[in-house]
Amino acid sequence: MNFTDIHTLMPEIVMAVLALAVLLSELVIRRKETVGLLAIVSVAVTAYFIPTSFGTVFNGMFISDGYSVFFKFIFFTCLILTVLISSRYLEIERSSHGEYYALLMFATLGMMLMASAGDLIVLYLGLELMALSLYVLTGFIRHEYRSNEASLKYFLLGAFSSAILLYGIMMIYAQTGTTDINTISSVLTEKKATVSLLLSVIFLLVAFSFKIALAPFHMWTPDVYEGAPTSITAFMSVGPKAAGFAVLGRVFLVGLYPLQINWIPLLIGLSILTMAVGNILAIQQRSVKRMLAYSSIAHAGYAVIGIIAGGNEGVSAMMNYLLIYMFMNIGAFSILILMRSEDFLGESLDDFKGLAKTHPLTAGLMLLFMFSLTGIPPTAGFIGKFYLFKAAVGAGYTWLAIVTVIFSAISAYFYLRVVIYMYMHEPEGEAVSLSGSPSLGLALLISALLVLFIGIYPSPFISFARIVTG
Amino acid sequence: MPGRYLPTEYLPVAIFIAISIAFGLGALIMGSMVRLRRPYREKLMPYESGIDPVGEPRVRFSIRFYIIAMLFVVFDVEAIFMYPWAIVFDKIGLFALIEMIIFIVILLVGYVYALKKEAFRWE
Amino acid sequence: MNYYLLIPFLPLAAFLINILLGRKLFRHQAHWPSTLAVLGSLVVSVLVLIDVLNGQTLNRDLYSWIISGKFRVSVGFLIDQLTAVMLIVVTSVSFLVHVYSIGYMHDDPGYYRFYSYLSLFTFSMLMLVMSNNFLQLYFGWEAVGLCSYLLIGFWYQKKSASDAGKKAFIVNRFGDFGFGLGVILIFLTLGTLHYSPVFETIGTLSEKTVSIFGLEMNIITIIALLLFCGAVGKSAQLPLHVWLPDAMEGPTPVSALIHAATMVTAGVFLVARANPIFSLSPTAMSVVAVVGGLTALFAATIALVQNDIKRVIAYSTVSQLGYMFLACGVGAYGAGIFHLYTHAYFKALLFLCAGSVMHAMGGELDCQKMGGLRKYMPVTYWTMLIASLSISGIPGLAGFFSKDEILFRAYAAGGVGKFVWLLGTIAALLTAFYSFRLIFLTFHGEFRGTEEQKHHLHESPKAMTIPLLLLAIGAVGAGWVGIPPLLGGGEHFAEYIAPVVGHPAGEATHAEEWMTMGLSVLVGLAGILTAWIFYLRKREIPVRLAEKFQPIYRVLWNKYYFDELYDFIIVRPSLFVARNIIMGFTDGAIIEGIVNGVPAFIGWLGSHVRKVQSGLLQHYATFMALGLFLLIAIVMIVTGV
Repeated sequence: MNFTDIHTLMPEIVMAVLALAVLLSELVIRRKETVGLLAIVSVAVTAYFIPTSFGTVFNGMFISDGYSVFFKFIFFTCLILTVLISSRYLEIERSSHGEYYALLMFATLGMMLMASAGDLIVLYLGLELMALSLYVLTGFIRHEYRSNEASLKYFLLGAFSSAILLYGIMMIYAQTGTTDINTISSVLTEKKATVSLLLSVIFLLVAFSFKIALAPFHMWTPDVYEGAPTSITAFMSVGPKAAGFAVLGRVFLVGLYPLQINWIPLLIGLSILTMAVGNILAIQQRSVKRMLAYSSIAHAGYAVIGIIAGGNEGVSAMMNYLLIYMFMNIGAFSILILMRSEDFLGESLDDFKGLAKTHPLTAGLMLLFMFSLTGIPPTAGFIGKFYLFKAAVGAGYTWLAIVTVIFSAISAYFYLRVVIYMYMHEPEGEAVSLSGSPSLGLALLISALLVLFIGIYPSPFISFARIVTG
Repeated sequence: MPGRYLPTEYLPVAIFIAISIAFGLGALIMGSMVRLRRPYREKLMPYESGIDPVGEPRVRFSIRFYIIAMLFVVFDVEAIFMYPWAIVFDKIGLFALIEMIIFIVILLVGYVYALKKEAFRWE
Repeated sequence: MNYYLLIPFLPLAAFLINILLGRKLFRHQAHWPSTLAVLGSLVVSVLVLIDVLNGQTLNRDLYSWIISGKFRVSVGFLIDQLTAVMLIVVTSVSFLVHVYSIGYMHDDPGYYRFYSYLSLFTFSMLMLVMSNNFLQLYFGWEAVGLCSYLLIGFWYQKKSASDAGKKAFIVNRFGDFGFGLGVILIFLTLGTLHYSPVFETIGTLSEKTVSIFGLEMNIITIIALLLFCGAVGKSAQLPLHVWLPDAMEGPTPVSALIHAATMVTAGVFLVARANPIFSLSPTAMSVVAVVGGLTALFAATIALVQNDIKRVIAYSTVSQLGYMFLACGVGAYGAGIFHLYTHAYFKALLFLCAGSVMHAMGGELDCQKMGGLRKYMPVTYWTMLIASLSISGIPGLAGFFSKDEILFRAYAAGGVGKFVWLLGTIAALLTAFYSFRLIFLTFHGEFRGTEEQKHHLHESPKAMTIPLLLLAIGAVGAGWVGIPPLLGGGEHFAEYIAPVVGHPAGEATHAEEWMTMGLSVLVGLAGILTAWIFYLRKREIPVRLAEKFQPIYRVLWNKYYFDELYDFIIVRPSLFVARNIIMGFTDGAIIEGIVNGVPAFIGWLGSHVRKVQSGLLQHYATFMALGLFLLIAIVMIVTGV
């Protein structure tokens, strides 16, 4: 590497510097919203360096290509939306500290490294940076046991999965003599699929499955998502999950591509199991927050189909799905945050009773997000699923697409149940008081508009994903 | 040759570890074999400088210990990292200096943060 | 020519404004957004027509929703001669109906709802006719069906109204099912749904046949017949005509707009639009012609004896739609569209006059209880008279030119054409008769209603009479653009529409043309004269006839027992199956079993699976490890190590 290549690393460098600056600014700035604003400005500054960042440095350890840029776009949007929905919420939870924003930025930096990792070690580095920040963020409401418990569980299980990941990396290194993803691919094309190679594939698969919460490695998700601050749940179910998909895609579709016929059946099994577990258990939930946690498990099961299908079609469908999922999911969580007020949790299904009568606009937005999560046209959720199914059918997995459609139909039960509670039940007790704020309103507006816009006019997004993967 | 890599140059280290373990265990086993064994009540009591033990042996440590310990580890690792850097400094030159400055600045930010948050004050 | 986009989107905007803000802001002013929007559309439509007359046409995808491989779902517009005519018809009639409704609906509690539905309907209908592909056409088709359902059942508190809405919706399902299959078949065979590639490549299928129930059928014929299924449902042709008379439960302006001038003609539009498909299949063409001809005659006979004025006009609509299909079936698409265009004006006028009469009579519809209204409502009388003269084919009026064109073309086409020409000519006699029966019973003679009604009789307000007068101008003059050369005209309409639908086949001598024209005028006059004798001179004749031909009278009075027949062969068996087999067995044991059983099973499963989710960390870690070992075990077993 020499200094002429520094533009490739600029976004990450800028992000790191600004994250440190935001951390320091916390010491001097009293109004914590200002720190949040700084975080948003930092993202904008970082994004400015993205277009000139294409290239490969450190002998292929760090890759900035269309694929990683698309994911970074998701991370940035996710970060901005999370900051927007957080400020008022943190005050309600009496946890308004500036470190929150700095940690979000560090987590984002980790995700950026993951998306750009051309080497398993860099991947691990990014993953740990992201995960450590998330452990802290999960337990950010220090005075609440639920949050503390979630944090500890997440940390211990996360450490467990990191160990598995390292073990997998070690075994791959032992078999191929390299940790570089491209070199692994070329070494593997000349090798036979031995048992020890397959073992290392399984270890990597399990570690990534933990990150994107594929069953049976999803066990941490419901507890952690429920315990974490709602804004962090929204963040975690989108950004880090997308980062997990980014590395899953890069490692399995590039590095382990020669072993594709061996890992595809495993991934299909995990995908179906995940859809089953996520959807079936979501039906059981009375808490909307926990229901969304299970739904996020199920959606990971859908998105994996893109990787199973592979190729330009599959990968771009997966990327689009994650992008779309970001808007609809953060939108739904924003509504939960809107419902939360000082002495009211607003997470239970019963809290949504008759919302359409008392707060028609909020209910309308929730309706939109629920429709989109179910995949009803003309919302974005339909577009996302449509392209996934199409990729699956194109790759010869018609039966898998059918299974997914069946599970989508099951999912309608619990998504639309929220709608039924809002529109067909009478309000109970005193009316829910919403804790809106301009920034939360902005986040809701952005999410709702994009859910509708992508639903009605998807072609720019579809072509964008196709171009960056093609 | 990938796949059949045997780290022969680390063999002395392995032998060293084996000998030290054997030596420690050997001493203990030898002692237990040769010494007399005549226990009585006072001898079996926990050692508390001749005073009878009071209270539970498990007490809660102050959380401060953990913070101090964590900060210690961070700066400790920083110091350890400087040794190999110092050895190859001649070969890498200015670049190494800049890298180390960046590294230290990052740690410095953490230090300033910890200082301002009064992590070092024992209250 | 980009301003064409305003045509559909102005009504859409009005719909959104009314449905979102109407309840609060426009409770009594809801007509403003909708009426202004449709007026805007009308003005733009005229501009578009001028462009089209200058030879400009347009075929463009506005945007694509889903593009994946060959499958394209896009919103696109095709503006050619056919579209331009439809635009003028839809927007002008819609505008007049909007204005008329200001008077007619003025103190209805659902005023804003009514106008928002009208705007939605106008939007959907415009999207339907402006579409450049079959899928958008299908969406528009379903959307107008939905609006029709909403507007028929507008007074949903009234059971008959909501039943009629349901009936319209369900009967249309039968046709739309076929239509949907047709669209799918087009995509499967040609790989596209856009008109221009479909029409260009449809010829390549002419050799392809498939066997259905052992019958070798040409694939084009199948496509054409499936499409025609949709047209039969929407345009209320035999045997799916039963919904239209019941649809009269809706507010009268709706009947005028949807069930006379625009939506029901969508079927004719579809056949004309898809003429390259139909023209390749002589079988399908014959079916279209015969169905049209039979419907024309059949509906006219029912109209002879009905007393409900709106139902008479509804059957008349069915009959006139039959004429249009008849024309299309003999290859004279231009004549069909010409009749569609003139019919829109005189039939909308008839409905609005009927509405005006209802308004005066306090909702009374039975013409036996009216009479002598001429004195009280002169404007309504004169305009309705003009419309009736027009529909009866009296020379000089709009209906004469279009009907004559159809009958002549049918005759000239020969073969099946001769047969349907005969049907059409008989129907023309009946048309004149029932139209004037209505006029004479309603406006002439003595008043036969109650004293209270008589006291209440009055001419309708300006908002209602002005649209009547304007429509009357259309009913008189709309046909003048298509005067045949025989009468010194230039056949401008046929020349104008020819780029889309081509010229009709068949040749006939001047003598034959004079003969068909003379005959149709003659039967028209004969019909009027008979009605005059029956209902003004010798009132006892119809009574005696009814007694003498009791069986025939009863069959006609009961509309050939179609409703009873359907009730017997479709509704009752369905209900029987529904009530006994489905509710009792399938529903009770199987569906309920599945519907209740699956959630119960999933619930049972879930309640057990969720026990795994114990909240205990060590369990989670154990499960992760188990999962890992399970994967390893599977791979070990599969690879056989």
